Amino acid sequence: MTTIELRGVSRWYGNVVAVNGVTLTIGPGVTGLLGPNGAGKTTLMHMIAGFLVPSRGEITVAGRSTWRNPDMFRQLGVVPERDSVYSFLTGAEFVTASAKLHGLPAPDAAAGRAISMLEMTEAQHRKISTYSKGMRQRIKVAAALVHDPEVVLLDEPFNGMDPRQRLHMMDLLHVQGEQGRVIVFSSHILEEVERLSGIIQVIVGGRLAASGDFRAIRRLMTNRPHVFLVRSSDDRALGAALIGRPAVSAVELTAHGLQVRTSDYGTFTREIARISREAGLRLTQVQPSDESLESVFAYLLAS
Amino acid sequence: MRGLLNGVVLRVTLRAAMSRKRAVLFALPAILLIGVAAVLKATAKGTAWPPDVLSILGYLLLALTALIVGGSVLGAEIDDGSILHLLATPVSRRTIVLSKYLAAVALTVAFVGIPLYVASAIAAGAASKLTIGLLVGALAGAVIYNAIFLMLTAVVSPGPALAIGLLYILLWEGLLASLVPGVGLLSADHYSLAIANSIAHSSALQPNLTVGTAVGLGIVVTAVCLALATICLSGFNVKGGEVA
Repeated sequence: MTTIELRGVSRWYGNVVAVNGVTLTIGPGVTGLLGPNGAGKTTLMHMIAGFLVPSRGEITVAGRSTWRNPDMFRQLGVVPERDSVYSFLTGAEFVTASAKLHGLPAPDAAAGRAISMLEMTEAQHRKISTYSKGMRQRIKVAAALVHDPEVVLLDEPFNGMDPRQRLHMMDLLHVQGEQGRVIVFSSHILEEVERLSGIIQVIVGGRLAASGDFRAIRRLMTNRPHVFLVRSSDDRALGAALIGRPAVSAVELTAHGLQVRTSDYGTFTREIARISREAGLRLTQVQPSDESLESVFAYLLAS
Repeated sequence: MRGLLNGVVLRVTLRAAMSRKRAVLFALPAILLIGVAAVLKATAKGTAWPPDVLSILGYLLLALTALIVGGSVLGAEIDDGSILHLLATPVSRRTIVLSKYLAAVALTVAFVGIPLYVASAIAAGAASKLTIGLLVGALAGAVIYNAIFLMLTAVVSPGPALAIGLLYILLWEGLLASLVPGVGLLSADHYSLAIANSIAHSSALQPNLTVGTAVGLGIVVTAVCLALATICLSGFNVKGGEVA
């Protein structure tokens, strides 16, 4: 079974730590690398691909180091995040060049298959400079899959794709994973990872904050303390009514309304309307105030 | 050469060089050299000017073109990140360096070596010793300069490499090498002049070293530079990764 192994991997630039002591094993199937921008996902991807040497630790793919080992790319396909391709080539030329560079015996046929798989047949003879961002992403994926690699690394592959292209790419990666390939993709968008991946690795501040089955991590995310901004016809009276409820852990009266901290997201959102009605108050606003992905990650890291 | 060169890398590099905006600059040496030769041929009174004018102007343009070409065949792809598409293949790093290097030499010869030959042919005749000497010196210069500038982009990042290359051409070769004889031992310009002079036998071509030394040092410098470029590309660390 092909796996990617990271053991105590760190990478720093001077005094700045980009990746800090990451140890994990990634097996066949689709694995999502989730984290906010600047979390260290791209640095980690670059190290796995052998484009960056770890400052400390060891990385192997199928038991072999990827650093200074170009032969590894016979088994490995890489889709870099940067939107830089040979824009003077046509899509077909780009993918065929990739097939030839991988030493495939029938490069044109392999390129044709990969282009068709990415639904780029119609646009394949246009120069890449005329492509939309989503099309450039797809032609990069076609070039990375042309040699049918066992391991595929995709850094933010859904950037610039419209919803239909995104769904198609998700289906494609899902099928690749089901066929036993190791598919690793990075994203800062929770929904992308949720739709595609059963297993996620959450990276925050260069550290592995959570790892494992998506549903378990999602549950952890849902059960974390939530903060809501609530406004009503009488915020002080509503605050008094709320503080006695078990689902509410703190209430603060601010100039913008009530800041309510709850440890039970589901119960609070179900009860808030009833509580205000019973108190004879009119609710005007119930807004989650810490729903940013960063706050979710911060909680995961703390827990 | 199978295994040392890769046709796909070579072709993609040539097309990349010709597709950049700065490719219009490649026409300048031909316009300048052939224009100057034609004008001087029509207006100059004596016949002593061709070795002086063509060796100084021709070899300066050769060095500057090699700086742009040799510095961009690898440097431009490192700059914009497209090098990753090449590095994500099993092609050996030595093959990538040699293929890109060959593309750079071919472009430099096409855009400066051939125009210099045409300019000298206008000035002194197509089969004259000066014309043949300048062409062979230019071929040697293209081989050595491109190895130096390709190595620079691999060792330091492309921006500083361009600045260092320009200082090397203008300060080291343009000023110091003509004032301090020993400096010519580390000057691609003087290697080219020595090789050209071994055929042209012109007093205007004044190298500070013998042709044997020039050929020997030229081979050593070229080999060392290409080996260094290969080592650096093998241990290439991508820049631009996000930092927490």
